[in-house]
Amino acid sequence: MNFRRFLLVLVPYGWLLALFLVPFLIVLKIALSDTALSIPPYTPTLDLSAGWAGIKDFFGALDFENFVFLTQDDLYWKAYLSSLKIALISTLVTLVVGYPIAYGMARAPQEWRPTLMMLVILPFWTSFLIRVYSWMGILSQEGFLNQFLQWAGLTSEPLIILNTNWAVYIGIVYTYLPFMILPIYATLEKLDVSLLEAAEDLGCSRTEAFWLITAPLSRSGVIAGCFLVFIPAIGEFVIPSILGGSRTLMIGKVLWEEFFSNRDWPVASAVAVILLLILVIPIILFQRNEQRQRELEQ
Amino acid sequence: MIRRFSWFNATSLTLGFAFLYMPMIILVIYSFNASKLVTVWAGFSTKWYGELLRNEAFLDAAWVTLKVAVISSSIATVLGTMAAYVLVRGGRFAGRTLFSGMIYAPLVMPEVITGLSLLLLFIAVGLDRGVITIVLAHTTFSMCYVSVVVSSRLVAFDRSLEEAALDLGCTPFDAFMSVTLPMIAPAVISGWLLAFTLSLDDLVIASFTSGPSSTTLPIKIFSAVRLGVSPEINALSTIMIGIVAVGVIAASLISKTRIARMTRDEQAAQQQ
Repeated sequence: MNFRRFLLVLVPYGWLLALFLVPFLIVLKIALSDTALSIPPYTPTLDLSAGWAGIKDFFGALDFENFVFLTQDDLYWKAYLSSLKIALISTLVTLVVGYPIAYGMARAPQEWRPTLMMLVILPFWTSFLIRVYSWMGILSQEGFLNQFLQWAGLTSEPLIILNTNWAVYIGIVYTYLPFMILPIYATLEKLDVSLLEAAEDLGCSRTEAFWLITAPLSRSGVIAGCFLVFIPAIGEFVIPSILGGSRTLMIGKVLWEEFFSNRDWPVASAVAVILLLILVIPIILFQRNEQRQRELEQ
Repeated sequence: MIRRFSWFNATSLTLGFAFLYMPMIILVIYSFNASKLVTVWAGFSTKWYGELLRNEAFLDAAWVTLKVAVISSSIATVLGTMAAYVLVRGGRFAGRTLFSGMIYAPLVMPEVITGLSLLLLFIAVGLDRGVITIVLAHTTFSMCYVSVVVSSRLVAFDRSLEEAALDLGCTPFDAFMSVTLPMIAPAVISGWLLAFTLSLDDLVIASFTSGPSSTTLPIKIFSAVRLGVSPEINALSTIMIGIVAVGVIAASLISKTRIARMTRDEQAAQQQ
């Protein structure tokens, strides 16, 4: 029986060790290696047949050169900053777009709500790639948005939106909107209506009651939604490479190009390590918010 | 009564859902456009669907994608359920914190990093890239999603039923198969579905871990889309959107009738 239990733990544990932790250690190791014109294109490689001396040589040859390089070439820190900026702005826009939708859902008659929920979740099951792609036809110069704007007489010249950062913002807001709506809706739905009634009885206007009661009580949902959009948006690759232009700098795209176009594995690995270090902070904050929420509910 | 559904609520819901659905509706409509110019309507035609079905490269890629999705989501469901069981019911064991960390970390890991690290592993151990490496990669991240879905169900359900089975002489394995598994089956099934769609949809990790002979559909779509909007891709997207819509709506109808039947059975039992 103990053997079975051991096996039950060992199989998923071993799988994750081999295919999640070990690969990450390899990335860390290659980030500390040097680029070389060989297969694989980096040195040093660990030579276990040379025994202890081989291991010592191996660790002796590792250094932080690639990280120094990342700070010197301004492409990289600009890409990190621009990813953070794009992720931050799109998160705020998603909040502004998503909150009224979640609010409307929570106010909707009880019997509509399951359907509304399904309508929010349904896009999540549809291919991410296709949802991003669907904006290409809308935002291009002869696309539907420009056709509409010119037909309505709002612009005479077609607007250039596709292949700019504007398109990236639209793409992120569109694809991550359900992640914002669902946690906010979850907190708004649980909100005690009698509090609002009390506030209005005591002379608050509806707007005042919203800011005094609804907004603070939905805070944890807002925070959760913001992190659920912000964290994946930083490392996003598909949206900037389909909707963005050559001047759209995002770190996921830089990593991809460093690896596939420049074949510079050590630098790509160093980019990945820094990206992860940047992500650790919002992830920890998100975890704390979730934990506080769980404690409040108990 | 303060909880009235105001004009503001109605407008924000209408605009919000229009924003969520408009791009996909336009895509579906224009997949039936006769013109090659994708944004100019030139009459109804299904010719792009015909072209799609004659396109060998797309059909091959679709087959590879389906194979990878079925195999990886099935392995991921088994591993993810095991992991969830270990996390919720396993008690303490050495390295439990690391284990739960490894379950949650892939959920927030940027895809480019997951893809890069797995590719570097496959190269380090000398595994040729192909269907097998994509399956390994997809299994790894989707088992974490399965485990989260299944463990939320395991936490919610009453442990005393399992204990009763054990007291009555079941082995832990029998108790799992005859008591626990039927109870968590809905979560296991939705875990499998989630893993399946994640695998179908994945572009970034598949690009890192696939070889020249194992192109998946998202990789194919991505390289076509980079050149611009194409009517064939519109047709392909419409087919994929249609399958998902039918699947999700059917699943929700089935669960609705099941819940209705359960409440009816309960009422009948109470009346007796």
